[in-house]
Amino acid sequence: MQLRVRALETVLAEKGYLDPAALDQIIEAYETKIGPHNGARIVAKAWTDPAFKHRLLQDATEAVRALGHESRVGDHLTAVENTREVHNIVVCTLCSCYPWEMLGLPPVWYKSAPYRSRTVKDPRGVLADFGVTLPKDTEVRVWDSTAETRYLVLPMRPGGTEGWSEEKLAELVNRDSMIGTGLASQPGKAS
Amino acid sequence: MDSVHDMGGMDGFGKVEKEPNEPAFHAPWEGRVLAMQRAMGYAGAWNTDMSRFAQERLPPSVYLSISYYKRWALAMEMNVVERGLAGADELAAGHALRPGKPLKRKLTSEVIANGFKRGSFARDTNRPALFKIGDRVRAKNIHPKTHTRLPRYVRGHVGEIVLLHGCHVFPDTVALGMENEDPQWLYTVRFDSRDLWGPDADPTVRISVDAFEPYLERA
Repeated sequence: MQLRVRALETVLAEKGYLDPAALDQIIEAYETKIGPHNGARIVAKAWTDPAFKHRLLQDATEAVRALGHESRVGDHLTAVENTREVHNIVVCTLCSCYPWEMLGLPPVWYKSAPYRSRTVKDPRGVLADFGVTLPKDTEVRVWDSTAETRYLVLPMRPGGTEGWSEEKLAELVNRDSMIGTGLASQPGKAS
Repeated sequence: MDSVHDMGGMDGFGKVEKEPNEPAFHAPWEGRVLAMQRAMGYAGAWNTDMSRFAQERLPPSVYLSISYYKRWALAMEMNVVERGLAGADELAAGHALRPGKPLKRKLTSEVIANGFKRGSFARDTNRPALFKIGDRVRAKNIHPKTHTRLPRYVRGHVGEIVLLHGCHVFPDTVALGMENEDPQWLYTVRFDSRDLWGPDADPTVRISVDAFEPYLERA
């Protein structure tokens, strides 16, 4: 595949369509800069700032944009809040739609047939694959991202974190908790 | 089109396996494929739905047996050839044999920040939305032979409109031509699991899809 892709890139570069140096920069950014820490910062702010949380849940696109992110990270972003009563989980059954600007590149499992096929039919079974068990009476809302809207799950704030700074809280916000396949890490067990 | 990419509700794929310490890319070519996709999108060579439609047209056995970025790469080759940007002979030769076609713009280091921006799919309209939040709607029983974003598992079923997202570029038409944006109202429709999967389904589960107005009819 390496050779086949190199052939494609060579042809497209020789045709004048793309600049290999720009490709290097894109790859570097996805390897080093664009990751779940972007989303974690948003979640931690929502945990500590009720007015921001309200704006985020009303219109995540605007709330995130107002934070002054360098690019339009939040276009068509919807934030959904996990509570004791409702647990949200995000999937894309048709391809791999994912809030890249918030969470970085999707992991292989998110794009895999097992996740894409089962989440809409047996979300509790999928959660069990991740070691997550919810109370039996919690409503499970599965969001299938079938258009250009993107969903960010606002996980529940772990107990024992009263008075923590946004920065410290952000360390508890792992990627899976913002997809809904996990919970925020417990204090002392940050991942 | 009704192919294997439309996976919602299929059985037999097994457990979800999480890879510990997963790298951004598993081989250097994967990063090149992703970056090329971004650059060609910026250049206006094709759009997201054309890329998806090309993947959907891969033979089902191929689609299921290759990695995610290989699917992207094969779809990119299809779009390059189908849109006349390069010939199959050039891809085979690994070199351009003829001059390129003019594209709208080029992603270079000077404008690299634009390579990370997501395009906006919202469009203005003066047409009123047919449905409002709380309305009961049925996902139409339609089976287009071309690209669509209405998954099979909701077709024919009744749900409730829970969100209204405004008017967005319609994937079904724009996949067939860059100029065919045909913006449509976009809704989130929530279904009860028992309506989709039968009386034995978990009654605590609700599933929603984002559905364009032409996919829906009043229930």
